[in-house]
Amino acid sequence: MIDLNFVTVLYVGAIGLLVIGAVGLVMCNNVFRMVLALVLAEAGVNLLLILAGYRGDAAAPILGFGPEGAQMVDPVPQVLVLTAIVIGVGVQALAVAVLVRVFHAYGTLDMRELKAHFEFELAAEKTTEPPRSTEEPAGGRPLSPVPPRPHPGEARS
Amino acid sequence: MRNLAAILFTGGLGFLLLVIASQLDFGHPPMVVGQEILDVAGDQVGAANIVTSVLLAYRGIDTLGELSILFAAATAAGLVLGHRHGDAPSDPEGGFILRAGADLLFPLLLVVGFYIILHGHLTPGGGFQGGVILAAAFFVGVLGRPAKGLNHDVISVIEGLAGAAFIGIGLWALFLEGEFLKPMLDKGTLGDLISAGTLPLLSLALGLKVGSELAGLMTSLSDTEAREP
Amino acid sequence: MGANVVDWMALLIVVIVLASAVAVLTVRNMVGAVAASSVVSLGVSVLFVLLHAPDVAMTEAAVGAGLSGVVLAVGLRKLGLWRLEDDKGTAHALVPTSQREDDTDA
Repeated sequence: MIDLNFVTVLYVGAIGLLVIGAVGLVMCNNVFRMVLALVLAEAGVNLLLILAGYRGDAAAPILGFGPEGAQMVDPVPQVLVLTAIVIGVGVQALAVAVLVRVFHAYGTLDMRELKAHFEFELAAEKTTEPPRSTEEPAGGRPLSPVPPRPHPGEARS
Repeated sequence: MRNLAAILFTGGLGFLLLVIASQLDFGHPPMVVGQEILDVAGDQVGAANIVTSVLLAYRGIDTLGELSILFAAATAAGLVLGHRHGDAPSDPEGGFILRAGADLLFPLLLVVGFYIILHGHLTPGGGFQGGVILAAAFFVGVLGRPAKGLNHDVISVIEGLAGAAFIGIGLWALFLEGEFLKPMLDKGTLGDLISAGTLPLLSLALGLKVGSELAGLMTSLSDTEAREP
Repeated sequence: MGANVVDWMALLIVVIVLASAVAVLTVRNMVGAVAASSVVSLGVSVLFVLLHAPDVAMTEAAVGAGLSGVVLAVGLRKLGLWRLEDDKGTAHALVPTSQREDDTDA
């Protein structure tokens, strides 16, 4: 059978999680999925940090668990990751709260529609024309131009 | 075009990380600070759990910073979500299984949470883990009966007192010994419940603060009205 | 010096974690995506146990697989992407929000 290396397998897993999270952050159109990709990236980073403090055939850093006088893994990255995990859940809760308010204000979670809404509103604040050129954009038009936001009570066309 | 650029970016990021991080000596960490701490932590602090002794004694001020970040996140989320109108319809009650399970689980989760908090310096555990379990104990009740809700005043008082107790113990150590958050009181024997000085008290303050904060945050999230866009 | 049980276990769990991570980004059902992110956190907490870090494993299991999943699911409920049977009488898990005006109040 092939010779597996414990550290290599975990290393590939941590980097893979981080790259999948980064791909999700950059390429997702739904803003909620971007928050989920952030969760993945945080898990990958925490795994990589703990892996950096791992020491082969050592025990957990608790006196009285392993045999007497045994080597122990590095406790400092574990403390940092403990803090990072709890901070991560705080950030996720705040992100979900902001998403709920954005949804109540604009009615959509698609990033392209939100971007069009923002550009309309910013242009209205500055009393200039919103970006609406007569030529086709370079990569083709992703969506039809978003009409102005309907008044509450009207159906969206 | 955008997808191609995104794929190129993430491919480059993955390659960069793979090459740079593979230079680390996995499996044989240098452990410059870690070895020092492992050698002296048992005698200096007196706690069997070295991670807890680093968290509350050696790097106590990082824990204080993390508490303030959690407080800022919970306050900001409560601010963003806004006030609930009094006559808004509340969520429907959970089914029978959820209500009965929440009533049965509430005392069990409380016991487990306090056990993990108080034994934080002996076994794996501590303030954060026990605090999260305490928050879950209160939030399951809110999920079962959304109309009853939590008493936000009591939660705020508990959170404020626990945070003040954490800082108060640190200031007490500052005035008596000259170092903020230095563990005081008798060290006791290794492995006893009453040992390691002020570490169990700090764990208790930490657990209560984190638990009440997360319970308040989740309740305010579940209390927002599901308004039509 | 072949691979022992711990190495095979780590390989299996890493495969599960990476597959669930891909599922988070590709599944259309948003509740399924939240569940897959909980699976990722649970798998990562098992990997922490294999790395001799019990404190971190307990925190990741309690926070990632428990609290984070609950926060995201409650957020889904408020965003209208996950409706239960009691909400306005429809039992479909994913009714797009643009059809919400069709409900009539009793």
